[in-house]
Amino acid sequence: MWAIFVKEVNGFFSTLTGYVVVGVFLTLLGLIMWVFPDYSILDYNYASLDQLFTVAPIIFLFLIPAICMRSFSEEKQSGTIEILFTKPLTEWQIILGKYAGALFLVFIAILPTVIYYYTIWHLGAPQGNIDRGEVIGSYIGLFFLAAIFIAISLYASVLSNNQIVAFLIGALLCFLVYYGFYFISTIPVFFGGVDDLLQKIGIDYHYRSISNGAIDSRDVLYFLSAVFIFLFMTHQYLRQNRNQ
Amino acid sequence: MSILVKNLEKRYGEQKALAGINFSIDSGEIVGLLGPNGAGKTTTMKILSGFMDVYDGEASINGLDVHKSPLEIKQLIGYLPEHNPLYLDMYVREYLTFIASIYRLDKVKERVSNIIDLTGLKAEQHKLIKALSKGYRQRVGLAQALIHDPEILILDEPTTGLDPNQLVEIRQLIKNIGAEKTIVFSSHIMQEVQAICDRVIILNRGVLVADDKIDYLDQALNKQREILLELDKSLEVDWVLHDLQEVIPIGNHQYRLIFNKTDKDPRPEIFDFIVERQCKLLQMVERKSTMEDVFQKMTLG
Ligand SMILES: Nc1ncnc2c1ncn2[C@@H]1O[C@H](COP(=O)(O)OP(=O)(O)O)[C@@H](O)[C@H]1O
Ligand SMILES: [Mg+2]
Repeated sequence: MWAIFVKEVNGFFSTLTGYVVVGVFLTLLGLIMWVFPDYSILDYNYASLDQLFTVAPIIFLFLIPAICMRSFSEEKQSGTIEILFTKPLTEWQIILGKYAGALFLVFIAILPTVIYYYTIWHLGAPQGNIDRGEVIGSYIGLFFLAAIFIAISLYASVLSNNQIVAFLIGALLCFLVYYGFYFISTIPVFFGGVDDLLQKIGIDYHYRSISNGAIDSRDVLYFLSAVFIFLFMTHQYLRQNRNQ
Repeated sequence: MSILVKNLEKRYGEQKALAGINFSIDSGEIVGLLGPNGAGKTTTMKILSGFMDVYDGEASINGLDVHKSPLEIKQLIGYLPEHNPLYLDMYVREYLTFIASIYRLDKVKERVSNIIDLTGLKAEQHKLIKALSKGYRQRVGLAQALIHDPEILILDEPTTGLDPNQLVEIRQLIKNIGAEKTIVFSSHIMQEVQAICDRVIILNRGVLVADDKIDYLDQALNKQREILLELDKSLEVDWVLHDLQEVIPIGNHQYRLIFNKTDKDPRPEIFDFIVERQCKLLQMVERKSTMEDVFQKMTLG
């Protein structure tokens, strides 16, 4: 697994992908948070990082499928998947190695936003007037969110040999799981608990819940199971696919 | 026994790619797996290498079942897939280091250097794989299969698509490596199998049609002897000769004589026969059937 992880991370940073991902993420985030008037923190009366945690998921919706689109589709396309599967590695080692690689890249992208926290900490009146617990909770929420998006996008990438197709499927699935269940739950045919259940299947509900700063074990369980489900489907698909 | 295959069957949906094949290979042997496209060579190798693990029948490496002990058998074999897939964006050395790290070898650096020397990649080691010629890419493919010094090598069409010089080099490389390993390699070219190994397994449409030493195969299959004659004029008579099967006139006073194969050389008798009929013999040659003929007979017949 370690070998695969190192290969993935090297792959990101030797082909510019990694730099582009981190660059695009921070640029978009920076523009929206500090420059565009609608969201700009400077026009906002509270010192908070709310914008960061509202905007970042939207950027992740397309950025993470873009990070993961090559993961399996390129290996399938070029046939190198056959090299990996005939080395003494289990399927899980290969999947988790790739998963950890993508997670690491996203972590690197999120890391610099801590600077925003310090900036706002200084901007606050009085200085340091910011809810630290909430910020930490939101970061954990964001990280969990990225973790699910990566699992979904890896699954998408195993479905097609074509990277663009993998990207589109990934983005669509992420969108559905993030907002889709919420929208569906608002359709009037669902009522009496079903609407509630649908909301709870979506990521959004749990992301908000964790971001409030109170980490509930049910939310953590939700994130872990969602990641597991998509990685498991990836695993099943790979097994089946290589025998066809 | 290095490799054992028993009643091996594989279907892709409706398509039967292997219809129950059996063979075994002793350690140290170099065996060619020969057959036209679609014969089932790649399928056999994908099963032996552990890539495909859904099949019927048995396949084992050094007594270990391929299906039950995938990780162990993958340590024992080195595998070069068909078309030699490579990470084109990696450097040669980087790629081999990655592969070595999967095997968790000690002294990775030293091992990578050794394999680079062995496969003649020293001058290319700092190049991107995509910048290499086909012949050098093939060496990289062999290097990744050899890095953990496996007992058994499985090579799927290692020379297909190479130019004649590269072909000779890669064959030589395989032969050198083969001095101390068990090798199974596939090919659809008979000469190649003849050049590298002494035993051949011929597959056709998922069925094993021959498994023998190349020399025996040649003898067993050639039950006929063909002799070409050129005379100074046409000879319109009954050809009465021992063991003669058929005479085929092919124009210009030339004839093809087909004999049943016996220990006796028919040529002296032919000579006398012609002279007695006041003809002059301009040319008489025995057409040696090549391994290509053998192969065609096996796979078309
Ligand atoms: N993935 C696959 N799906 C369906 N049929 C396949 C697949 N791979 C191979 N086949 C079929 O199985 C047969 C054997 O193929 P293969 O093992 O690749 O033969 P060879 O390597 O000797 O050319 C062929 O008829 C081929 O069309
Ligand atoms: Mg083949």
